Formats: sequence, structure tokens, C-alpha cells
Amino acid sequence: MSQFYTSTDHFVLIPAIMLALFGCAILLFDFLVFPDPRQRKWLLLFVVLGLGFTGFGLWRQQMFLNANGLTELTAFQGSLTIDRFALFFNWIFEIASLIVAIVSYAYLEIEGEHHGEYYALMLFAQCGMFFLAAGTDLVTLFIGLELMALCFYVMVGFLRGAKRSNEAALKYLLLGAFSSGFLVYGFSIMYGLAGSTKLSDITTAIAAREPWDPMVFLAMATTAVGLLFKISAAPFHMWAPDAYEGAPTTVTAYLSVASKAASIAFLLRIFMGPLASAREAWEPLLSVVAILTMTVGNLAAVTQTNLKRLLAYSSISHAGYMLLGLIAGNDTGIKGIEVYILVYAFMNLGAFIMIVALRRKNIIGEDIEDLAGLMQKSPGYAVLMLVFMLSLAGIPPTAGFLGKYYIFLSLIETRHYLLAVVGTLYVAVAIYYYFRIVRSMFVGQLVEQAPLASSFGVRLALGVAGAMTLAIGIYPEPFLRMAQGSILR
Amino acid sequence: MDQNLLSIVLFAPLASLAVLLLIPSSNKTLIKVWANLSSFAGFMISLPLAARFDKNAPGFQMVERIDWIPALGVKYLIGIDGISLLLVMLTTVVGFLAILSSWNAIDERVKEYYAMFLLLQTGMIGVFISLDFFLFYVFWELVLVPMYFIIGVWGGPRKLYAAIKFFLYTLAGSVLMLLGILTLYFQYHRQFGAYTFEIAELMKLDLPLGLQQWVFWAFFLGFAIKVPMFPFHTWLPDAHVEAPTAGSVILASVLLKMGTYGFIRFSLPLVPKASVNVTIVQILAVLSIVGIIYGALVSLMQQDWKKLIAYSSVSHLGFCTLGIFAMNPNGIAGSIIQQINHGISTGMLFLIIGVVYERRHTREIAEYGGLAHVMPKYAIVFAIAMLSSAGLPLLNGFVGEFTILQGAFEANRAWAAFAVAGVILGAAYLLWLYQRTMLGQITKSANLHLPDLSLREMAVFLPLIAWAIWIGVYPKPYFDLLEKPVAQIVERVRPGYYQGGAAINAGTARPASTAATAAGAQ
Repeated sequence: MSQFYTSTDHFVLIPAIMLALFGCAILLFDFLVFPDPRQRKWLLLFVVLGLGFTGFGLWRQQMFLNANGLTELTAFQGSLTIDRFALFFNWIFEIASLIVAIVSYAYLEIEGEHHGEYYALMLFAQCGMFFLAAGTDLVTLFIGLELMALCFYVMVGFLRGAKRSNEAALKYLLLGAFSSGFLVYGFSIMYGLAGSTKLSDITTAIAAREPWDPMVFLAMATTAVGLLFKISAAPFHMWAPDAYEGAPTTVTAYLSVASKAASIAFLLRIFMGPLASAREAWEPLLSVVAILTMTVGNLAAVTQTNLKRLLAYSSISHAGYMLLGLIAGNDTGIKGIEVYILVYAFMNLGAFIMIVALRRKNIIGEDIEDLAGLMQKSPGYAVLMLVFMLSLAGIPPTAGFLGKYYIFLSLIETRHYLLAVVGTLYVAVAIYYYFRIVRSMFVGQLVEQAPLASSFGVRLALGVAGAMTLAIGIYPEPFLRMAQGSILR
Repeated sequence: MDQNLLSIVLFAPLASLAVLLLIPSSNKTLIKVWANLSSFAGFMISLPLAARFDKNAPGFQMVERIDWIPALGVKYLIGIDGISLLLVMLTTVVGFLAILSSWNAIDERVKEYYAMFLLLQTGMIGVFISLDFFLFYVFWELVLVPMYFIIGVWGGPRKLYAAIKFFLYTLAGSVLMLLGILTLYFQYHRQFGAYTFEIAELMKLDLPLGLQQWVFWAFFLGFAIKVPMFPFHTWLPDAHVEAPTAGSVILASVLLKMGTYGFIRFSLPLVPKASVNVTIVQILAVLSIVGIIYGALVSLMQQDWKKLIAYSSVSHLGFCTLGIFAMNPNGIAGSIIQQINHGISTGMLFLIIGVVYERRHTREIAEYGGLAHVMPKYAIVFAIAMLSSAGLPLLNGFVGEFTILQGAFEANRAWAAFAVAGVILGAAYLLWLYQRTMLGQITKSANLHLPDLSLREMAVFLPLIAWAIWIGVYPKPYFDLLEKPVAQIVERVRPGYYQGGAAINAGTARPASTAATAAGAQ
């Protein structure tokens, strides 16, 4: 191996290589080996295998860090860094991909749009996420972001026959490209300030300047616009409800969990890294954005009748809570964001998989009314959904409470009392719309007799999501320790 | 077994819930039998708690301590003192009777109904025995969910509105309370370098008055909405009117006590300086008195039987909070006794409404009249419940109200005067209610052939009547139970009270060192 591709570089890159390799393999096999649509189930096996190898690569990296007592492993002259932070987020991507993949199979069959590309796109998207969580160079990060985003643009519009899906994809693409423009502009100023694209160099360069330096402010503001768009924070959230509603539900689930987690990781890398010294300048800005995000998300969710739109707005409000952790910015806050995103992955996936189960042949099943009387029909599903709703609202002893717990604690520790009060009061607003779903399930009259589309994949995924939501809530110790070890400093 | 008795009492309902889930929902009778038996067993295994409780020992007893989430310093820490013991016993008794009373009233979705009650039971017991603030908060919130369903699924015409209103109000209060808890947690870490939610540890904190006041108000919102104190009471009439009978009984008898218990267990000992601060005490006392008078006046005006009792709860709970903020042994002990009394009497009054509602499906007072002619046993039970609620001597209500009035008189004569007016109004609306429903001629033909209380219904009332008479005639065991814990709380908020009757706001002026010596001398 030359000095341009050392063995460390290879070791660090293995998960991404695996994802790309299996993605390409799926494309090839789909059209060379399995021309018969009935053979597509084998593709799912490829996804699982690919994720397995990726997971193995990640696990070896984790073991390597542990065994050598290292905190990080850098590769490619410092443009990729595997630290526990990156590994933590990559595990979340793994979980999300795995759960979404096993659910997608039956769902895409029902939608009549089952194609091999779908799985390939999922793996490519996760490959992009890998670079977002592990990248420590502006170019690497940007390429990772675009790789992920391009896959999602296609996946959102995957239902080619559906107008809604096409519209959503186009809207997402246009706004996404626009925000990427902002982001690149911010990056170019950072490069101008530091003369380097490495985050560490930029950190030094920006720290040498005043926090209110106009160039720093400009770089911060434009970068923030791009990043806030990606995590769907208000006022850059416009794309989210439409994209979430139009996309195939499995893609919505993936988008709302994995893409958001990756964007949060990206956001933390930038704001806790290069922009950390300009905190004075961005803290008030982000505080306003966080309050606005929680307000828009929670208030708009109240009036929604479409489940996917409702959960879209709810996921906007969750982005607001995660921003609060960044505003607090101490260890508790960062740990809080990590715990939050972990529990959010399980509970949000669970909620979306319920909607997947509601979609049957000839039944769209996206309305709150479609859940009516679910308790009489399938009590198990209803109770699981109740757990997800309680968790999303943050009621103990479900996992969602712990995410909010850390966020509020970090706000109190850093004396952001007003933000803490606003954040807590929106919990009460949130319970109102989450309980509209609960009300429909438990009190509503049963109208639609057709059973849920409960494939094995759906049952397994719901079971895992539900079990984890409860397990993290009731015995969070191992998960908290994991988050504790993964703080980005 | 012995050292885990408290845990067994706590988780017994949850265990029977697990068994209940295995019974097929078509077999309604078996479900009912199992729910009744297991909740009776829940009551029976709580009896040894009372038997083994040593009233002379200070502090908490039967303490169990297990690390639960070490990363946060959260422990599974439970234990009881006299106050908790009484409330736990109230919970197990009323919980069983509420389940027993639902035999005929609930006929659809029976399994879910009893499942919710059993879950609620664990939540309520947990609230009263948690000595770790995190654990307490978990149980506190856990209670909301089953109660939401009890009101929302089996309630009256406006059940959905009432259920979500109940949920939102109490949740808004409790999340703000969470901020108060987190503030204490964080301050403890700053002062002692460790994270803990343990109440006994958090009591070691020495916080400036300003911060204590913020924490106090955060707690206040959580607890006052639950009690409910005026002006946070508006969820209560809705919830009570719409809830099924057993739901109202649990709500009035036990759930509301979570608020008053919170004041006594957490607000007073954890933020003592703020709790005895003159402004705060005055605000709380005025709110309590307004609650007493306002609740009683509104009760006088009600046409709906259940709403009348609901507003009477606002009035009676006003006495309880007034007693607490009298900040003397009489006031606090009286308040706790009155909480039990309210649980017994108002629980009975709601059960009484349930009996006629099952028969006539209306709660309009005007629909009744002269029921004593057709339902003599019922009339007697109602008379006892009504008189115990109105505070007739030799019944339980008198003991509680009298002690609270003593406490209030000691603290401020004007408070006592207003509270006495509340007692008179209380007698007025209750007696008038009795007159309108029970006495005179039967005015509606539908009432001519109402069946009197059945054996099962009598079985529901008899224990409560017996308990009411016991407290009314011989309350000494109760005061004995409360003496030590109440003394500890009073000593905590007003150091030196027992040595020489410190003034109400002495706690604020007194330097911390004197407080420490006083506590040491104790």
C-alpha cells in the first residue's frame, strides 16, 4: 500500500466499501441473475448481508479503539475520523437501514413498485451517512451529504405512478439543491479563512478571530442555513411535510430517522468543531430557530389528519428539541442529543412502520381515521403504537423521556431557563396530537374490517422497535454508558 | 419476602395485570372475578404493612434500595413513614372497592377496563412510597395514562374532552415540576459533586431563597394542578362528571391526594425557606381559602349531582392545603387526616351517585326526590356519607376539619374564620342535596320501584362506613402514626418550633448554622 492508501485508511473505510460494494452487487444481480420479479426476495438477503459486513467492519473498528485505548483513528490525511461519536451514529444508521429494509419488501410489493434499485439506493445512502458521521474535511462531508441526498431524491419519488410522490421528489430536490448551495457558500468562506478544508485547521483559523467577525458570521450563517434545512428546522422545514407525505412510507421512515441522524451528526461536527469559538454569535440565532422549530412543528401537527404529515411535523419539533441540546452545548447536552436520536430512531421507525402496516391492497391507510378501533381489531398493534406515541411525547417509563430528560437537564445546567420552560410546555401540546392517534385507536369506532398488512418483516420490525423503546426506557443504563462514551468534544 | 414486602404490595397489581391479560376477553365473568380477587388480595397483603409498621421509629421504614440507573444516580428506593402508610392503605382499600363497584356498571371492553385499574393501582402506590425523585416522577406520570383511558373509553357523553383536558392540565404541571426536580438535581451535583435523586440527600442542599422560590413554584404547578387548587381546578368537574363511577372514586379518593402528598413530602422539606416565606404562605393560604369558599358556593348552585360532589372536592381539598400551609403540627396532621377522610367520604358519595346512576342513568338532582321511601338502606348510607363529609362530630370529617381549623387558628385567625364559613357552606350544600334527593314525596314515577342496595353494593359501603366511624370515634392511632413524620417536617421548615414556637417566617431570617444545631439537638 502506498502512502496514499495506507492500511489504516483501508481499515477505516471498510464499512463504506462494503456498503458501496453490496449496493453495486444488488444493481448487477437484479438485472443479470434475478430477472424474474419473484426472485427479488434474494435481494433482501443481499441487503442484510451487506449490512452485516458493514456492521462487522464497524465492530472491528470499535474493538480496535477499545483494545488500543484510542479515542480516534484518522485516515486519508485527516479527512476521515473514526471516533466513538462516528461509530455511535453509524450504529444508528445500521439499525435504521436494517429495520427499513425488512419492512420494505412487503410494502413495495403492495405498492407495485418493487425494484432492486431501491435496496441499492438505501445502501448508497447509508454510505453517504457514513461519511457524514466520520468526515472531518469539508469536501468529504459535502460529498457524503450529496451522496445521501441524491439517493433520497430518487427514493422519495420511487412511486413513479403516483403524482404525489413525483411532486414530493421534485420539491425536495429543488429545495435540497438550493440549501446545498448555501452550505457550499459557507464552506467556501471557511476555506477562505483557513486556507484548508480540514475541520481542525478551520477550527484554529476561526478561533483566532473574534466571534463577531463579519466573515466568520457570514460563514456561520450560510452554513447554518444549509444544515438547518437538512434537519428540517423552521423556517427551513417547508419541504419536510410534503416530502414525508409523498414518499413511499418506508422511505419516509428512513428519511425521518437515518437522514436526520446523519444531518445531526454533521451539524454537531461543524458547530462543536470549527464554529465552536463563534458560539456567542450562533447561540442566540439557534435559540430563535429552536423555539420556532418547536412552535411550528407542534402547532402545525395539531391540525393534521394525515398520519404521515402529522409525524412529519412531529419530527420537525423533535429537531427543535435536539437543537436545544446543541444550544446548551455542554457534555450533558451533546449526550442528550445522542440519546435522543437513538430513542427517536426506534420510536419513530415504530410509528412509521405502523403506517406501513396500514397500507394494504386498495387501502391507502394514511389517515388518523384509518386507525379507528384498532384496539378491537388488533390489540397488540394498538398497544405498541400507544408505546410509540407515549415515547414520542416523552412520557416515562418509555425511552422518549430520557431524551427529553437530558435535553432539559443540559438547559438547566447552562441556565437556559426560558428555553427549558418553552420546551417543557410543548410536551403538553405534543401529547394532544399524539393522543389524537391514541384516541382514534382506542375510542374510535371500528369501520375498516380488513386486517393490517402484517408481513413477517413488519411484525419483526415493530416488535424490535417496541421492545427497544420500552427497554431503553426501563433499563437505560447500557445505552446511557454508550452515549457517555461517544460524546464529541 | 419480609424485606421485600413493600415491593410486593407495589407490584402485586402489575402481576395480576399480567395474569389478566392471559384470560380471553370473551370470558367476562372470569375477568371480573380475577380482578376482584386480585385487588382484594392486593388489599390483604398491604395489611401486614400496617401491622409491622413501628410508629415510634423515626424516619422511613421497610426501605428497599437498589441501584437502577447508576449513570444518572437513579435508585429504586422505596420506603414508608406514617403519612405514606395511611395513603397506601387508602389506595389499596379504595382501589379494591372501586373495582368491586364496577361489576355491573361496566359491561364492554371489560378486560381493558380492569387492566387499566390494576395499572393505575401500581402507579398510585408507587407515588406514595417512592423516596427517589426520579422514581416518583415515573410513577406520577404513569398514573396519567390509565386514568386517561378510564375517562376516555368508559366515560359519559363528553368523555374525550374531559379525558384530554385532564391529561393536558396535569401533564403541563408535571413537566414544569420536572424542571424543578432537575434544578435540585443539578444544584446537588454542584455542591456535593455527585448526582442523586434521593430525597434524603437532596434535603442536605442549602440553596439561596431566590432559587428555592423558583423551585417551589415549579413544584407548586405540578402539585396544585393535581390537588387541584383554585384557579387550576377547572379540569376536575369535567373529569369527574364524565368519568365512570369507579374512575371518579379513584380520582377523588386517591389521585387528588398525590398533589397534597407532594406538597408535604417534597415542597416543604426540599425547599423549606421558600415554603415558609411569608409571601408564598400567604398566597397559598389565600388560594386555599378561595378554593374552600368558591368550591362550596359553586356546589350550592349545581343541578348535577356528580358535579356538586366534584366541586365539593375543590372545597375540601382547600382545607387540606390550608392545613399544610398553616405550617404547624396541627395543620399538617389535620391535613393528612382530612386527606384520608376525603378519600373515604367523597369516595362514598361518588359510589352513591353510581348506585342510582346505574338504575336511572341520570344525574340531574331534579330527577330524584323522596328516594328514602323506596331505598331506605341507601338513604342511611347516603346520610352517613353526607354527614361524614359535612364534618359531623363522631364521624371522620369532623376530626380532620377540627384539627385543620386549630392549626389555621394558630397560624392566622382570619384564615380560621374564613375556613369556618366554608364548613357551614359545606353543611348547607350537602344537607340541601340530601333533602332534594332523599326526602319528601317521590316526584318521578320512574323512581317508584327502584331496588334498594344489593348485597354487593352494601359490601362496597360497609368498610368505608366502618372506617369513617373508626376515625371519627377513636382517631388516636392515626395521630400517633403521624406524630413523628409531621414533627420532622415542621422541624425542617421551622427549625426550633418545638423549642419555642418560632415565628412563621423565622426560617428565612435564621442563619443556616442555627438550623443545623436545632436539627442536631433533635
